[in-house]
Amino acid sequence: MSNPTDLKYTASHEWVKAEPDGTLSVGITDHAQELLGDMVFVECPAAGRVLKAGEECAVVESVKAAADVYAPVAGTVTAANAELDGAPQKLNEDPYGAWIFRMKPANAADLGNLMDAAAYQAHVDSESH
Amino acid sequence: MPFIPHTESDIREMLAAIGAPDLEALFEEIPAELRSGKLSAVPPGMNEMQITRLMSERAAQDAPLLNFIGAGAYEHHIPAAVWKIASRGEFYTAYTPYQAEASQGTLQVLYEYQTMMASLTGMDVSNASLYDGASGLAEAILMAVRSHKTSHKILVPATVSPVYRSVARSIVRLQGNELVEIPFDRATGTVDMQALAAHAGSDIAALVIPQPNFFGQLEDADALTDWAHAQGALAIGLVNPTALALLKAPGQWGAKGADIAVGDGQPLGSPLSSGGPHFGFICCKQALVRQMPGRIIGRTVDLDGKVGYTLTLQAREQHIRRAKATSNICSNQGLMVTAATIYMALVGEDGLRRVAAASHGNASALAVQAAGIPGVKCAFHGAHFHEVVLHLEKNVAAVLASMQAQGILGGHDLSAHYPELGQVLLVCATETKTEEDLARYTAALRHAIHG
Repeated sequence: MSNPTDLKYTASHEWVKAEPDGTLSVGITDHAQELLGDMVFVECPAAGRVLKAGEECAVVESVKAAADVYAPVAGTVTAANAELDGAPQKLNEDPYGAWIFRMKPANAADLGNLMDAAAYQAHVDSESH
Repeated sequence: MPFIPHTESDIREMLAAIGAPDLEALFEEIPAELRSGKLSAVPPGMNEMQITRLMSERAAQDAPLLNFIGAGAYEHHIPAAVWKIASRGEFYTAYTPYQAEASQGTLQVLYEYQTMMASLTGMDVSNASLYDGASGLAEAILMAVRSHKTSHKILVPATVSPVYRSVARSIVRLQGNELVEIPFDRATGTVDMQALAAHAGSDIAALVIPQPNFFGQLEDADALTDWAHAQGALAIGLVNPTALALLKAPGQWGAKGADIAVGDGQPLGSPLSSGGPHFGFICCKQALVRQMPGRIIGRTVDLDGKVGYTLTLQAREQHIRRAKATSNICSNQGLMVTAATIYMALVGEDGLRRVAAASHGNASALAVQAAGIPGVKCAFHGAHFHEVVLHLEKNVAAVLASMQAQGILGGHDLSAHYPELGQVLLVCATETKTEEDLARYTAALRHAIHG
């Protein structure tokens, strides 16, 4: 699966989508879900939680490992994806559709610091070598 | 399995291979001030004949004393079959097997254990055990803090064992957690509800509810659980497994039930053995299962539909999640758990109830007899399980020394930990005591006080 070009990416394998209402949706990339394997549980941050950029804020647990999800930029959590509750496999089935949480960025310009699809792909390629 | 240590020539060869002059060179990187140097108190080695002789002599010093000490380690009858079965080669290990395909029998025992403990505590899930009750309490507190997310404040009544409080504090304090002591009512020896109420409205992660408490007294577990939940705190039941055969299970406390039940499993088939080993049990509601430390055994089916047992929910354990694991000291006590499982299977639900009832009956009878001695009275009123606190007009240490000279371990001296109570003695009588034993105790106590 290729990485959608309308998303931004982090080195820790989160994708970020700018929503029309100014919030950001955050999920994990196809590469991340493939490394982790079958998801069994997703622990989302509570709405209202204030996050620093790079802060651990969610946990995705697969049959193999429990991995942290990091805040891509500073901001405040606005929502957690309730659909993942009881259906964590959505992260495997539709990694770029299944968002984990939404946040309002403290500074919308911070999004510019993240990678585009091509840069992220180069990052993944470099990690696998 | 034979134990064959390295020979001198093995060691020389290995050192030569890595170019180290001697064994000492391997420890060079440890700064000199951190090294203990020579252990002068440790004598040189002895051969098998000498050590057998020494141990026989030491064993002979253990005079057969009639034991009335409880305080966290309880003398119960253990059917002979328990350790006959538990010490079979197939079971004889302290560890949970990671190689599930080669260890189905052990895993099934652990699964049965979990089922029994969940049923005894009225909880949804149990893990495969922890070290002991005290470290188990620390783990329960850490679970509550992780689950609560904002508060690091845990209310711990002074009626929780002083040893448990000390161990729990050592384990949790460096993670920024604050254990706040709740005083007890001097008349009942149970949590002072007014003192507790002073904490209402503050951000509290959990309230620890000991049942029975360290004094042997029964707390109002329903009211305490409801109070904790009204504060948005978790209710941690610290329970004696034998007592659960008679008392309401933590899962049924109050309107919603306790969230975590933890305790020491020693009363279930482990001998006193000079203080160990014990094992800890921890059970919780389904919602907290991902915060639960340690091994959990699951039952599943293989590709052919046959039942199989497996380690489950491992992703948050230390071999996978390292420093971020739910716990790094959750290694279990598989052998003691095996004995506990066999013990519970042998005595059964009704048998455990009779053990608990006989213990309670003996402790009650002892309390009445002892309180009949001038200068002795029960320190608290209200219901108790199989321990009671006696207040003496004489120095407890002197009384215990006199009783020991009469062949009786008279109880646990509480005076050091609870100086506000004066000269107080915690006495335990389990189902192992006969009417004659109780009479001997009373006579020895009378003699110790009045000569």
